[in-house]
Amino acid sequence: MATQAIVTSGGTGRRRRSSPPPDFSPRGGAWLNSGRRRNLTGWGFLLPAALLITLLSFVPMIQAFILSLQTGRGSRLNWADPFWMNFERLLHDEIFKLTMFNTVFYLVIQVPIMLILAMILANLLNDPRLKHKAIWRTMIFLPCAVSLVSYSLVFRTMFATDGLVNDLLMGLGFMHDPLNWLGEPWTARFVIIIGLLWRWTGYNMIFFLAALQNVDHSTLEAARIDGAGSFKTFWYVTVPQLRPMIVLTAIMSINGTLQLFDESWSLTKGGPSYQSMSMSHYLYELSFLKNPNVGYGAAISYVILIMVAVLALIQMKVGDKRD
Amino acid sequence: MPGYVFLSVFALFSVFPLYFMLVSATNSTQDVLASRLTPGGHLIDNMMALMKQQDIGAAMTSSALIAVGTTVLALIVCAVAGYGFEVYHSRGKDVVMAILMLAMMIPFAAIMIPLFRMFAQLGMVNSLFAVIIPSISTPLLILLFRQASRSFPYEIIEAARIDGLKELSIFARIYVPTMKSTFAAAAVITFMASWNNFLWPRVILLDNAVQTMPMLIANLTAGYVTDYGVLMLAVLLTSLPTIFVFLILQRAFAQGITGAIK
Repeated sequence: MATQAIVTSGGTGRRRRSSPPPDFSPRGGAWLNSGRRRNLTGWGFLLPAALLITLLSFVPMIQAFILSLQTGRGSRLNWADPFWMNFERLLHDEIFKLTMFNTVFYLVIQVPIMLILAMILANLLNDPRLKHKAIWRTMIFLPCAVSLVSYSLVFRTMFATDGLVNDLLMGLGFMHDPLNWLGEPWTARFVIIIGLLWRWTGYNMIFFLAALQNVDHSTLEAARIDGAGSFKTFWYVTVPQLRPMIVLTAIMSINGTLQLFDESWSLTKGGPSYQSMSMSHYLYELSFLKNPNVGYGAAISYVILIMVAVLALIQMKVGDKRD
Repeated sequence: MPGYVFLSVFALFSVFPLYFMLVSATNSTQDVLASRLTPGGHLIDNMMALMKQQDIGAAMTSSALIAVGTTVLALIVCAVAGYGFEVYHSRGKDVVMAILMLAMMIPFAAIMIPLFRMFAQLGMVNSLFAVIIPSISTPLLILLFRQASRSFPYEIIEAARIDGLKELSIFARIYVPTMKSTFAAAAVITFMASWNNFLWPRVILLDNAVQTMPMLIANLTAGYVTDYGVLMLAVLLTSLPTIFVFLILQRAFAQGITGAIK
């Protein structure tokens, strides 16, 4: 994992301006010398955080796996027979396949566009000749200050059939009749993608801005001397140096989009009839609404988990290759 | 100059929906649907209608208690952990760190149901604590503090030890005041994530009396006819605290992130 690489590598990941703290790994010597005592204190420092994560993330994850092998309504659960019954049911569940398609569609379209936009914007903002940097940065980052539910509702209002977007497009002469944005499957999905781009580009831009501080200026100078235009410089010199950050933001974005819920719930309500619903939204519906079948819901949650893990691994492999 | 054009277009694109929200909060629902982009005089009317439909005060209180509680506890727990991982570095701790980082990969959907059953068995459904506890310890925050601690000069800690200070005192009296921008960044991240959180509160808070602001506004579209002016006002009220926190702390936030990534 990208963050794992940063954490455990003693090499390029670490940049120190002061001498590093001594290593407290166990050595020989008196049983409770000051080094050992300090090491124990160190463990004490991280105990609360580690315990909480274990109890509230790892343990439930195991419980979810056990649940996915069970079936039944509400709290009366029995072992599924055969034990893979829930997963087999998933293979034949048309609605689940639709929500999986929707979620992957959002991912494949939105994440690349967003990351490229974020890189370009960060690069533009990083230009020393640019004036009023803080104003641009604030404006572009402002969408991140509003909750997902909030912006979903604003977009829902704007894209209503008698709403702002239709009025604007008709007023500018682009079309004659209003589009039923939220009532047609493809336009509904499109609105979610526009929403995601609006909400998350600024967030990723901040990460790229931070990464750009570490780009070697001499390489940019060399490119300028060689006569490269700004686009060529950006694409062939800057972007390759942003690789670790691209991997990190890609992993975070894919992770986030695979778990999409709030937009599906509030922007389109999964409509029309499941056509824009995400996997997590379907999971919630199965587990907490209608006739709750938590075993089946747990099976879906594990499919999401596997997708997240597989995609993250692929990205780390691809990201670490040409170094 | 194309750079300027691109930036302006995107900046306008980013701000416009928020401007629309602000203006619509002061308009009647007919005006909103007529795409009116100027402020109107219906702010008071919308406010009255909203207060009649929902208990804003209760929802704001819920959201505020959860957000502040989560932020304070998360800062304490994760800063201490990040400091511990870095200053008392050992191979064993590296392994533990790597394992904890794996938790970042776990989608919330995967643990949502077992978490609900866990808290339900403890009788903590509808408890604000049940909302706070899962968000206190996050790998991201621990990582942030650990990375930021790398630039903290170890010599100061050694000098403090020679002066006879206990380990915890060193943390509290020397580390904390020095790392203000990291704490600011962590506070912004945590407060905003907590205030804006929708799914987990929706799962565990079943009683409308303790619902959070995001839950409240999501419920406003449940009826047949939506009053868009009221809706946008509710969204505005929900967004004001986070916009406020962000604007005040954004400089410190950017510094904190940059400092951690270097």
